[in-house]
Amino acid sequence: MIRGADIVVKSLIAESVQHIFGYPGGAIMPVYDALYDYHDQIKHILTRHEQGAIHAAQGYARVSGKVGVALATSGPGATNLITGLADAMIDSTPLVCITGQVAAHLLGSDAFQETDVVGISMPVTKWNIQVRRAEDIAPAIAKGFHIARSGRPGPVLIDITKNAQVEAGIFNYVPCLSIRSYRPFFPVDPKAIVQAAALIDQAERPYVLFGQGVIIGKAELELKAFLDKTGIPAASTLLGSGALSEDHPAYVGKLGMHGNYAPNLLTNQCDVLIAVGMRFDDRVTGDLSRYAKQAKVIHLELDPAEINKNVKCEVPVLGDCRESLSLLIDAVQENSHQEWLGKFRELELLEQESVINHDLSPTKTGLTMGEVIRYINQYKADDAVLVTDVGQHQMIAWRYFNYKKSKTQVTSGGLGTMGFALPAALGAQMADYSKQVICVVGDGGIQMTIQELGTIMQTKAPVKVVLLNNNFLGMVRQWQQMFFDRRYSFTELDNPDFIKLADAYGIKAVKVEEREDLSEAIADMLLHNGPYFLEVVVEKEDNVFPMIATGCSVEEVRLS
Amino acid sequence: MNRYTILIYTENFIGILNRITIIFTRRGINIDALTASESRLDGIHKITIECTVTEAQIIHLVQQIEKITDVIKAYYFKDSEVVYQEIALYKLPIDSLDASLEKVIRQYNAHIIAAEKEFVVIEFTGHKEDTQALLETLKPYSLLEFSRSGRVAIAKPRFSVSEYLNHQTL
Repeated sequence: MIRGADIVVKSLIAESVQHIFGYPGGAIMPVYDALYDYHDQIKHILTRHEQGAIHAAQGYARVSGKVGVALATSGPGATNLITGLADAMIDSTPLVCITGQVAAHLLGSDAFQETDVVGISMPVTKWNIQVRRAEDIAPAIAKGFHIARSGRPGPVLIDITKNAQVEAGIFNYVPCLSIRSYRPFFPVDPKAIVQAAALIDQAERPYVLFGQGVIIGKAELELKAFLDKTGIPAASTLLGSGALSEDHPAYVGKLGMHGNYAPNLLTNQCDVLIAVGMRFDDRVTGDLSRYAKQAKVIHLELDPAEINKNVKCEVPVLGDCRESLSLLIDAVQENSHQEWLGKFRELELLEQESVINHDLSPTKTGLTMGEVIRYINQYKADDAVLVTDVGQHQMIAWRYFNYKKSKTQVTSGGLGTMGFALPAALGAQMADYSKQVICVVGDGGIQMTIQELGTIMQTKAPVKVVLLNNNFLGMVRQWQQMFFDRRYSFTELDNPDFIKLADAYGIKAVKVEEREDLSEAIADMLLHNGPYFLEVVVEKEDNVFPMIATGCSVEEVRLS
Repeated sequence: MNRYTILIYTENFIGILNRITIIFTRRGINIDALTASESRLDGIHKITIECTVTEAQIIHLVQQIEKITDVIKAYYFKDSEVVYQEIALYKLPIDSLDASLEKVIRQYNAHIIAAEKEFVVIEFTGHKEDTQALLETLKPYSLLEFSRSGRVAIAKPRFSVSEYLNHQTL
């Protein structure tokens, strides 16, 4: 018999957990006490806020492909996890969050720091449970890890009452391999493959859209082989970036509201649309009633609830896309689509002239966000991880960052959580200390979780923070300019001296205001051994284009 | 819009009903009636939900319900595809029990299931239209209280949850 708190830690070790992000408090203290004994086997990273802990666990999970673990106390500790849970839920990130809870006999009595976190987190978790007895801890953790990482991954919350942490129970860890009510995988139907292959072979203008499902399903090689064989143009969603190297001859760019011109526009000209591990988010489709109506749709998807949810498909291919892609590779004929691919390249020139040149090689005085990314590309390693926050800088960094390897893109996609980047970058760095982790963040978002500079200080995680400062909530300001008659309602920021702030945290900090200093500053940053804070003062009122305005069709993508 | 019956087989875990109902709440869809009870299989609960939605909505709802980890299987049926009943109880003052009320009870094939000093309780089973009709008829008899269950339903198409469970690799 051992203490429940020890069962918690031993169960995590049994699941090969090496890092936990957390914050202590009354109702989780027994677990923290147990962690003290296992610090040589499990590394706990003390963040400065529970939201920081869960975003760090998300960044960790996205880069490592493992389950991220966050630990928090009851009440406010638990409620501070909610944003991260919602973010992980919509972006399919595997997490196990463990929260302390008041003792079982106090449940429902409005006890100090009691909150119904199981109730609150229900809509934003894949699964959650409250454990009130020591002997139930290990089975709950085993089940939680299985659910978090299998099928379409997602966040799990396990709420453990304080009495269960202090009482004794028998520890016998049995990993969970299946649950009778839960089907994470469906075998690929060979008939669907035959139908899909026939459609693909007959298509004159086929078009592949790939999403994060390719990365989660570890199907990067299969996607590449499929495109090598068929020569079909392929575009990426926000979270799919990195699944295919951007150097690939079939790669044509990015989809969505601020994606590339050709990939959006030509969605309405293809004859067969092959969606791989993506869910037709409204930011990708624009107006659904005018989205790819001319095309026959093939949807390779793991989650049955995504089939026909937003876009009706002719051929649903339910199952793991790694399996379905490899079956498709054998079923389709070798092909090339040079003429069709040429249309993408033609329109690409248009975007180059009217948007990209201005963004990357501006002639006016003010620095652009784009040129910062251009220099990052010049000096970064091939497998450097880009972590971004939410807003203009996120879209610009995504548009111009040169993705070459999988799992190099960490951002808040579905939820659009400002404040995500700084803690997520810390977590991403914890997953692999040898990797370059570049955190590109705006002056609005960084101040939502800026306290995590303290965690970077304490852990000495060599995160490179690139603050693109325009003293505005830039994306909202852009919308105010375009759709609200330039009425800049509460979007301008009076900011602190970020350099002094980073300096106070003992982080090497440099500010760049002139174009001539930019290249060297970025080169220096990436060579620096340890955390680094680079503030780049950019043009105050720059806009992100192309853009598909809300309610517009993908073919109404505008260049200015 | 159509009236649909959703049959859901779940593990008997705390909070499962909440997980199911928030799927409706989030989409602003009203649940017309809901019944939950143990099924004939040990440890498996059966939840019956009645709602009025479009076909696209019902498909989406059932997909989302089935996605819940602790839900074993969910099916939806049109009214024509299920045999269903609802039970209603009517409480009336004892002195309203006269010849005309007796006639009503006989006509409807309803039953008096309790008679106390002050009141009688009549039980009647049928579709909502039937129990509603009796309610209207009894109102002039100084009806004291009325209570109606959600529907219990058996699907006409053949399916078996126990067979489904046997096919699962456990």
